[in-house]
Amino acid sequence: MKVSLEEVTKVFDGGVTALDALSLEIQDGEFFALLGPSGCGKTTLLRTIAGLETASSGSLRIGDRDVTRVPPGARDVAMVFQDYALFPHMTVADNIAYPLRIKKVGRAERRAKAAATGEGLSLGGLMERRPAQLSGGQQQRVALARAMAAQPTVFLLDEPLSNLDARLRLEARTFLKKLQHDLGVTTVFVTHDQAEALALADRIAVMESGRIRQLGTPREVFQRPANVFVAGFIGSTPMNLLAGECVPGDGETATSWGHQIDVAGVRLPVPEDIVTELTPGDKVIVGIRPEYLTESEDGIKGTVEIVENLGTTSLVTLTTTGPSVQLTVPEGREPEPGATLHVTPAPGRLLVYRADDGELIDAP
Amino acid sequence: MAHQTAQRSLAGDVPGGGDRRQGLAFVVPALLLVTVFLILPALWTLYLGLTDYRLTGVQAAHPKVVGTANYTHALGDKDFRDALGRTLLFVLGSAIIGQNVLGFLLAWTLRSARRWARALVETLVLLAWILPGVVVAWLWIAFLKDQGGTLNAILHTPGRDWWFDHPMGSLIVFNVWRGTAFSMMLFTAALSSVPPSQLESARLAGASGWQQLRDVVLPGIRGHILTNTLLISLWTFNDFTPYLITKGEPHGASAVLPVYIYLTALPGERLGFASAISLIMLVINLLLALAYIRILRRRA
Repeated sequence: MKVSLEEVTKVFDGGVTALDALSLEIQDGEFFALLGPSGCGKTTLLRTIAGLETASSGSLRIGDRDVTRVPPGARDVAMVFQDYALFPHMTVADNIAYPLRIKKVGRAERRAKAAATGEGLSLGGLMERRPAQLSGGQQQRVALARAMAAQPTVFLLDEPLSNLDARLRLEARTFLKKLQHDLGVTTVFVTHDQAEALALADRIAVMESGRIRQLGTPREVFQRPANVFVAGFIGSTPMNLLAGECVPGDGETATSWGHQIDVAGVRLPVPEDIVTELTPGDKVIVGIRPEYLTESEDGIKGTVEIVENLGTTSLVTLTTTGPSVQLTVPEGREPEPGATLHVTPAPGRLLVYRADDGELIDAP
Repeated sequence: MAHQTAQRSLAGDVPGGGDRRQGLAFVVPALLLVTVFLILPALWTLYLGLTDYRLTGVQAAHPKVVGTANYTHALGDKDFRDALGRTLLFVLGSAIIGQNVLGFLLAWTLRSARRWARALVETLVLLAWILPGVVVAWLWIAFLKDQGGTLNAILHTPGRDWWFDHPMGSLIVFNVWRGTAFSMMLFTAALSSVPPSQLESARLAGASGWQQLRDVVLPGIRGHILTNTLLISLWTFNDFTPYLITKGEPHGASAVLPVYIYLTALPGERLGFASAISLIMLVINLLLALAYIRILRRRA
C-alpha cells in the first residue's frame, strides 16, 4: 500500500519541531529507508506513520485512506521495535498470535496461523519458549513474525538491526531483504547506519532537523550527494570536503570557460558539465570520496600521517598545507608514514558544492 | 604465624573466605542490639504468655506458670476472635483492596497527567502519609465529629456520629487515605519499568486500554503487586493508629488486634493473656512474611 505524507509537521509539547512540513511518497511494495543522525526526526516520522504520534498539521494517507487522525490499532500497520517489545510472560506462539487475539480470531485458527508464520521464519521448534530463552536473532524473528501474523499493509521497522552483534547483523540484513522481497509489503525502516540503508533500501530519505535533505536510490545518494550534509553522512569512509575557490584558468587554456578550482594551492579542472555554472571568485566546497582519489605525478601534495587497515584497502590520512585529506589505497600498496604523496581525483568523480548553502552544483 | 595471618586476610578478598574472628567483630555490635531489643523481649513475651501475670495484685508479685491455658483461652475467646476478624476486615478493606487499587489507579492516571497536576496530587497524597499519626488522628476525629464535624457540614447532616455509627467503615476509609501514598509511589516506579514499546506494540495490534492493562501492564508488574500487597498487609495488620482515634470504642467495635492487646494488657491489666495474644499475632506476621519470601523466591 502506498504511504503519502503531505506537509506533515510535528511539534512536541516542549516546542521542539521534530518534523518540519515534510512531504513524501512511499510507493507500494517499496523497501524504504529513513536515514539520519540522532535527533533528525526519522523515528518521529516512523511513529507518526504508525499513529503513535499524531501530526501537528498536514495529512497522512495509507493507500487512499486518510489516516492522519486514525488510532494506531485501526491503521492496519505493524511495527517492529528496536528492542523487539516481545511480551516476556507469553510464549513465542502467544506473542505471534497476539494481534490475532485482539482481532478476536478463534483460538484454533490463530494457533495455526502463528505456527505457519513461525515456521516461515524458522521458529518451528521454539514456539513454546519464552522470549528470555531466545537469542537476539531469534527474538527479532519472533517480533517480525508477530508483525506479519496480522498481514498488515505496511511494515514499520525501528532500527531493525541495531540490537544484534556485528556478525549476526550482516546475516539478518540479508534475511530481511529477502523477506521483504518475498512478502512484497511496503516497508519503512529507520536507521542511523548509512551502510544498512544503502544495502537494504530501494530508496533512501536522508533527514536532518525534521526535513528530507535528499531522496533517492542508494546509488544516487552515494554517487551524487545533493548537499554537503548528505556527502558527509553517506559512505563508510567520510568524503573529503575541501574548501576552494573558482579561479580563471592559467596558461593556454585560459579562456572564459577554462576556470579551475583552487584547493589548498592546487588547481583542479572544473567538471565540464558545470563549467557554465561557475564564475571566478565563487567560493566552493569540493567533495571527493577517499576511494576516488588516486596517486599521481602532481595534484594535492601531502605527507602521510596515519594509515588505517580496512582489510582489502587501507585508509591513508594526508596532512597538506590546507585541511587533511583521506584516500584509500589497495592492500599491499600502503605508504610509510612520513612519505610524501600526490593525489588527484579520478576523472568524473569530483563533486562541487556551493560554499554558501552547501548544495551540489548540477549540470544546467 | 604473622605470615599465615596475612595469607588468610588476602583470602578474605574472596567471598566466603577470610578471617572468621575479624568478620565476627564486625557483626557482634549489630547482633547484640538485635538480641537486646528483639530476641530478649520476644522471649520475655513468650514467658509471660505462659503465666497469669497481672499488672497489680497477687499475680503481679507472684505470677504462676499456667502453661498453655492462655492460648487455649484465647482461641476460644469471643472477644479475641472478634478482634482478629475486625483486623482481617481492616487489612482486606483498607490495604489489600483500598490502598492497592487506589494506589494503582492514581499511579496509572497520573502517568499521562500534566506535570503540575501530577506534582499536586502526589504532594497531597504524600502529605497524608508523612504527617505524624497523632496529627492525622486528630484531623480525622475533627473531620467525622458529630458536633461541628467537617463531613457533616459538607453533607448537611448535623449531629451524625460517623465514628459511632460506622467505626470499622470509618477506620477503613481513614487508613486508605493515610496509606495509599506508599502504594502509589511503588506502582509509579513499577509502571515506569514497563517498556513503553510493549504498550505501543499492544496499541498497534489494536488493544484497548483495558486490554493493554490486562496483557502487558499487570503481568509486567506482578512482582511489584505482590511485594506491595504483602508489605501493606503487614503494616496494616500491626497498625496502632486506630487507638489514637477511637480507643476501640464503641464497646470494642473498632478494636483491631493491636488495640485489643493494648486494652487487655494495660487498662485490662491481664499481661499474661495479652502476651499470649501478642505471640499469636507474631506467628501470623511470621507466616505472612514466610509466604511472601516463598512466593518471591519462586518468581526468581
